[in-house]
Amino acid sequence: MDFMVFQYPMITVQACLDGILLGILFALIAYGMALQWGVMNIINIAQGDLVILGGYIAYFMYLYGIHPAWGVIVSPIIMYFVGVGIYKLVINKVVDRDLFISILATFGISILFMQLMNFAFGADVVLANSGYGTTFLFDSAVVLPNSKIFSAFVSIVFAIGLVIYMKKSKLGRAIRATAQNARAAKILGVDTEKVYAATFGLNAALCGVAGALISITFTIHPYMGLPYTIRSFMIVIVAGLGNLPGVAMSGMGLGVFEEFADYILGTEFRIGSVFLLLVLILVYRRFKLSRKREYLK
Amino acid sequence: MNKNVILYATILIFGLAAPFVFPAFKVQLSILCVLIVLATTWNIQGGEMGYNTFGNILFYGLGMYLCASVQVGMFFPLAEWTESGGEKTFVHTPTQFFQGMAAGLVVAAVVPTIVAGLIGYAILGLRGHYFAICTLGLGVAAGEISGGIEIIGAGQGFTTPPFPNVGGLEARGEFFYFLSFGALVLTFIAVRAIYSTRFRLILNAIRDNEDKAEAMGIETMKYKIIGWMVSAFFCGLAGGIMGGLVGYIDSTDVAFDGREMGVFMVLMAILGGKGTLWGPVIGATVFHIFKEGFWTFFLGWQYVALGVLIVVIVIYFPEGIMGWLREKYPERFGEVVDEADRKAQVELK
Repeated sequence: MDFMVFQYPMITVQACLDGILLGILFALIAYGMALQWGVMNIINIAQGDLVILGGYIAYFMYLYGIHPAWGVIVSPIIMYFVGVGIYKLVINKVVDRDLFISILATFGISILFMQLMNFAFGADVVLANSGYGTTFLFDSAVVLPNSKIFSAFVSIVFAIGLVIYMKKSKLGRAIRATAQNARAAKILGVDTEKVYAATFGLNAALCGVAGALISITFTIHPYMGLPYTIRSFMIVIVAGLGNLPGVAMSGMGLGVFEEFADYILGTEFRIGSVFLLLVLILVYRRFKLSRKREYLK
Repeated sequence: MNKNVILYATILIFGLAAPFVFPAFKVQLSILCVLIVLATTWNIQGGEMGYNTFGNILFYGLGMYLCASVQVGMFFPLAEWTESGGEKTFVHTPTQFFQGMAAGLVVAAVVPTIVAGLIGYAILGLRGHYFAICTLGLGVAAGEISGGIEIIGAGQGFTTPPFPNVGGLEARGEFFYFLSFGALVLTFIAVRAIYSTRFRLILNAIRDNEDKAEAMGIETMKYKIIGWMVSAFFCGLAGGIMGGLVGYIDSTDVAFDGREMGVFMVLMAILGGKGTLWGPVIGATVFHIFKEGFWTFFLGWQYVALGVLIVVIVIYFPEGIMGWLREKYPERFGEVVDEADRKAQVELK
């Protein structure tokens, strides 16, 4: 146990800032998950692996001498087609089936991706160096890498862009209509099959952006996918489907929680505490609802 | 009934003779027994009760750690044992080994049962995919946290006591084979006994419509918890045996191995057919044969194959082998089929 957090207030500030910047990234991933959950009623366990794959795209650009920040543009374009491909191969066969079938199918995709990435990119922990330098605040008591600020900024831009796109564009309206009532949308001439493919593609593209940002701010590794899935699931269930400010807030809250868990419990319990928090949140909500004789659904 | 007796006798004789008929496959056969136990117990939740859990791996891993810890801790200081790692400073005498194993297996079975009872009330109140994700989180959290605890080896793993030097390698294989076969027989008898009572009907009622079952006056939560405790008991037992068999426990790769064992048990039950007594047994056997073939010939690509296999089974074969047989030979399952109705259905297709 390390109580430095309470003795040195600057560490608290550091952890909060780190957590908020990290949480904005989580919120971006969770936004993608909420999108496909709301529209297609699918929980994608492979979400985190799509993030990591997006990260590797940026990392490879860095290896070939292109600045990894360009990955923010390139990675979503590639990931969009990856997402549509996954949809055409697997997801369209499970979309109207039992939810557990889709969980298991995407779990299979997750294992497949994990291993293919392990073969293709090796099992090393890598990061793409952006060379952005660091910012020092409060007499160097708080150290913020500029890449984190950059990634939070880009995430916000993409999230706002997507919200506007969903409101204004034709496809966005079609997606929202399908989410409300797929059958009615079909009757009114919306090609739901196309909408589903586009939704999954958009989600993958968001994962691509987030992955590229993670590869320049943190590290990526083929087996690091599942925690991102769990984090985004957690953010969505705390915020509720279709509650975008809630997603942003709970994303940041999770980021701050993680930074403090890291300081107080130690780094080896960081991932474990995230998973335990998920269990605790679900159990808490279960007891809260059971007072009204309801249950989570 | 008579046919059943012959069937069970054949299987029992085959099971008892197997290590002597195929001496080279003793370890594989032991693992098969453990896999069948896991698939059968998963089926109590996933198949009969409709609660698709990824969390039974928690009890399996818990049993594994507990069995090994008790086996060591009864005679030697546990912390020094794990610190010494692979180099053995303490050696179990044969008596100590078997005593430790017996006590360890009892603890490995009982403690997970209690844990299941304690967390059952909280976790089993969740439904559908929330339950699935929550149990997935539980399994991974257990793996991550046990990987940070020093006394059971933390990240570097825990070496279980080596088999004492009586009878050499042959005796070790036979010991673990009969242990796991015994666990299998015990599980099968217990599950079969449970399935022949009202308990199974209650579980099926929960699967089909839990609210209605509750409205009919069934205390669903009680039965859900009991079902989970039965699963936990046998999962813990299987874990304890597997720990001794493998000889080395790692928190995320052996004990709380959600990526392998945790998915295997789901997959085997689905492959064989959910909600049947024999489905998981058949599924586990087919899966294990396939897996061993694949693991040997395509070394390195096994997880790729596993991922593809999950997707293919789930999408194209969700009813499993028993479901397929049931559709093909409904008479054998005691279903009355109207010939005219069947013809009409064929024409419709």
